[in-house]
Amino acid sequence: MAENSNGKKLLEVSGLTMDFGGLRAIDDVGLDIFEGEIVALIGPNGAGKTTFFNCVTGIYTPTLGDVKIHPPGGASRRINGMKPNSITALGMARTFQNIRLFPAMTVLENVMIGRHCRTSTSIFDAIMGNRKSAREEKESVDKSYQLLKKVGLADVADEFSRNLSYGAQRRLEIARALATDPFLLLLDEPAAGMNPQETLELDELITRIRKEEKVAILLIEHDMKLVMNISDRIYVMEYGKKIAQGTPREIKENPKVIEAYLGEEAHA
Amino acid sequence: MAHLKRSFGISLWFMFLTLPLIVVRVNTVAREVEWRWQNLAWVGLGAFAIAWFWQFSIERRMAKRVRAAAEAHPEKQKHSLAQRLADDPVLSRRVLIGVAALAMVFPWLVSTGQNFYHVNVMVSALIFVVLGLGLNITVGLAGLLDLGYIAFFAVGAYTYALLNKNFGLGFWTCLPLGGVMGMLFGVVLGFPILRLRGDYLAIVTLGFASITKIVLENWDTVFGGAAGIANIPRPDLFGLELGGRDKAVYTYYIVLALVGLTVLVTNRLKNSRIGRAWMALREDEIASVAMGVDMARTKLSAYALGAFWAGLVGVVFAAHNNFINPDSFTFMDSAMILAMVVLGGMGSILGVIIASLALKLLPEYLRAFAEYRMLVFGAVMVLMMIFRPQGLINDMRRKYEYDTADGESDNGGE
Amino acid sequence: MDFEYLFELLCGGVVKGSIYALIALGYTMVYGIIQLINFAHGEIYMIGAFVALIITGMLTLSGYSGLSVLVLAAVIAMIYAAAYGYTLEKIAYRPLRNAPRLSPLISAIGASIFLTNYVQLVQTPDFLPFPELVPEFEFMESISRYMSSVDMVILAVTTLTMVALTVLIKYTRIGKAMRATQQDMVMARLVGINVDRVISATFIIGSVLAAIAGVLIASRTGQINSAIGFMAGLKAFTAAVLGGIGNIPGAVLGGLVLGVAETLGAGFISSAYEDVFAFGLLVLILILRPAGLLGKAVKQKV
Repeated sequence: MAENSNGKKLLEVSGLTMDFGGLRAIDDVGLDIFEGEIVALIGPNGAGKTTFFNCVTGIYTPTLGDVKIHPPGGASRRINGMKPNSITALGMARTFQNIRLFPAMTVLENVMIGRHCRTSTSIFDAIMGNRKSAREEKESVDKSYQLLKKVGLADVADEFSRNLSYGAQRRLEIARALATDPFLLLLDEPAAGMNPQETLELDELITRIRKEEKVAILLIEHDMKLVMNISDRIYVMEYGKKIAQGTPREIKENPKVIEAYLGEEAHA
Repeated sequence: MAHLKRSFGISLWFMFLTLPLIVVRVNTVAREVEWRWQNLAWVGLGAFAIAWFWQFSIERRMAKRVRAAAEAHPEKQKHSLAQRLADDPVLSRRVLIGVAALAMVFPWLVSTGQNFYHVNVMVSALIFVVLGLGLNITVGLAGLLDLGYIAFFAVGAYTYALLNKNFGLGFWTCLPLGGVMGMLFGVVLGFPILRLRGDYLAIVTLGFASITKIVLENWDTVFGGAAGIANIPRPDLFGLELGGRDKAVYTYYIVLALVGLTVLVTNRLKNSRIGRAWMALREDEIASVAMGVDMARTKLSAYALGAFWAGLVGVVFAAHNNFINPDSFTFMDSAMILAMVVLGGMGSILGVIIASLALKLLPEYLRAFAEYRMLVFGAVMVLMMIFRPQGLINDMRRKYEYDTADGESDNGGE
Repeated sequence: MDFEYLFELLCGGVVKGSIYALIALGYTMVYGIIQLINFAHGEIYMIGAFVALIITGMLTLSGYSGLSVLVLAAVIAMIYAAAYGYTLEKIAYRPLRNAPRLSPLISAIGASIFLTNYVQLVQTPDFLPFPELVPEFEFMESISRYMSSVDMVILAVTTLTMVALTVLIKYTRIGKAMRATQQDMVMARLVGINVDRVISATFIIGSVLAAIAGVLIASRTGQINSAIGFMAGLKAFTAAVLGGIGNIPGAVLGGLVLGVAETLGAGFISSAYEDVFAFGLLVLILILRPAGLLGKAVKQKV
């Protein structure tokens, strides 16, 4: 458990195993996330990190093992095999390795989709244009705009998201995920394709999010500088197995980890 | 010079290609072969001209692109006419009122005495406008490729025809019932195909519609088979039967009201939580589900709401024509409605209205070219996809008002 | 159970299925390589039949007859079908190679409508008779009770054609290039394969097969019109999906299964609803097992 954490376990994965036909992509992996933490999941390409994300967020149903969430103020649940939208409604949101925005919708509208599971305006309400729909609409717009300000995209709110630069698109994905009011945010390679300056800004953004939004963060990342800087704890995967876990310092000096990266020094 | 050579080559190719079909006609009755060489000349000249023009315009487009890139203005966004119109509230309101007024007095403008031909044409066109707007929900907003939409139209029409024939129910009773039946069919059809996407979805819906048509054609006892059902009464005014021109005008106003209703409802839905969910689903299903959108419910609602309008206006169609048979509900009609949505601009209400009117009214008033109607239609579909795949209107963005942190209201936009 | 009737139906079904298979091959090869449903493929089949009709018409009215006329007409039909297929791809599909999936589909529908009406306009929308050029064979008494000589020709030709196609795909350079492009277009381009040419070749081969089917069907039914492309195309597509789209043996299997299922349904249940059996099968397959009988389900990478 990290110093930043308040101690309450949010996500509890144990014995996770995922088979695709004859291929075992993930083999008996366990992982815990505590309130207030920033945890990184690292490992060479093909280690199964994104597959792990997909298992935890409902895109795949794990072959074996348990994925349990303990939402703050809510009931604990085993979420194996639940649909992704149900899991998001329970409070776990994610971003994607290959950015998946809604290109023909504006930046603001992209974020507003995140509010879908937190609002309940029905079709009937919408057609009637009644007070409930007007109220929820305004709320969605305002909350989304606030999030855009938080990630620094407020001035392009009415642009089509496809017109944004790459770095801006990544930040938009984060804002969209935050709009679902999660207690745990999963970021899949948020720094991919960014230059050092952008990565620094991302570093600052993630730390700020953790503090202001009161959300724990699990991220997959290859940029070791970012990982070592902001993570409270790190898990390392290789060939579908967990080979190490610990603080950044411990991981840096772990011989198995060094070997997994083929003699490359995990530098800070 | 290179243009000339290429155009010449293309012209020769097309002359070769069309030679057997265009030139030769075998008349087995008269036991003779008819040679129509003049057609070949037309093809040759036409192909040459088109090829030359094509290359010319492509060159011009390239040159324009190069020039535009050289003097790059990244901040200046080019707004379409439609967007600029929509952004100006005073102007757009005036235009709207103008169009509405024109629509209201239309029957009196175009009819003289007993001649209500133009009104009838407009009624048919407006029926298809509603169809286009309905499909716009399923295909344009939610991106669910439905190639068999006409089946819901048939459901509505036959609902009225059968309820009237067997139980004597009137137009106004059957109108909402037609919509509900359409909606039910939409849900029943949508449910098994939720997991399908793209091409497969298109083909399955086509299969469903084909099955529907065949059943309508063959189940004589219930549906009247190929002969259909006749003597369907026109809409009544509080039980009163109207005569002659008044019937046509009355129906016109009914359809006009339906168009208005469709536009209103679709607009409200589009700018609501469910509308955004549809669009998100269309853009990226996996991402939307990850963001909390319930795929099954959202898709089913798109099918249901789209089908509702088809069923609704199917009743009007049956009432207007007094007679229906399966020939009115072919794949060609489905294709035409789909074309209206795609060519108009997926999700754009105004675009779909314009495209629907164009596709329905132009053939009617360009009767001289009636033979070539379908040919042109097919060609237009291909050409639009190559040159303007986004449709007529596709860059409309809604303006949102949102509070800044200091509590001031801040209008979006440039 | 009337076994004679059943056998008769089976023979009819297999014959029909062979025709579907020939057309289905065109669909499946094109889909396998560029993931496009060539909606206008049925029209190529129809055009092949029409060209053959014109050639045979010209020849028979000049006094010639017999199988050689049919063969000559078939060859010319194949050439023209190939030309139409090539031109179709170049005009309606190639410019849309990188467009979102909806665009080429709409373009294909537009092309289909265009071609149908083109033939309707320059020829006639009515049914035109196709001369009987296949002589009655005298041997195999036991089979000729259930199959006419035309049917036997159909079976023979389709079998030969499929063997030829298999040889082409497996052993020739162009066949290898087609298989490579189907598996990974980018990689194929990188190793020097002219992908445009391969795609054109795919269309050409598919069109030739469709033309053969068109000539055979014209011989069998004795008449054709410009509308035969739509229904045949739809059914052949069903066959391709049934077998697993993109899968060549699958197209053949699908064609046979569809032909037999359709004929049995029509023979035992109701002939009016023959098409319903075909479409019903299509709908069921797409809902229950979209990968088809021989296809593999492709998992989408997230």
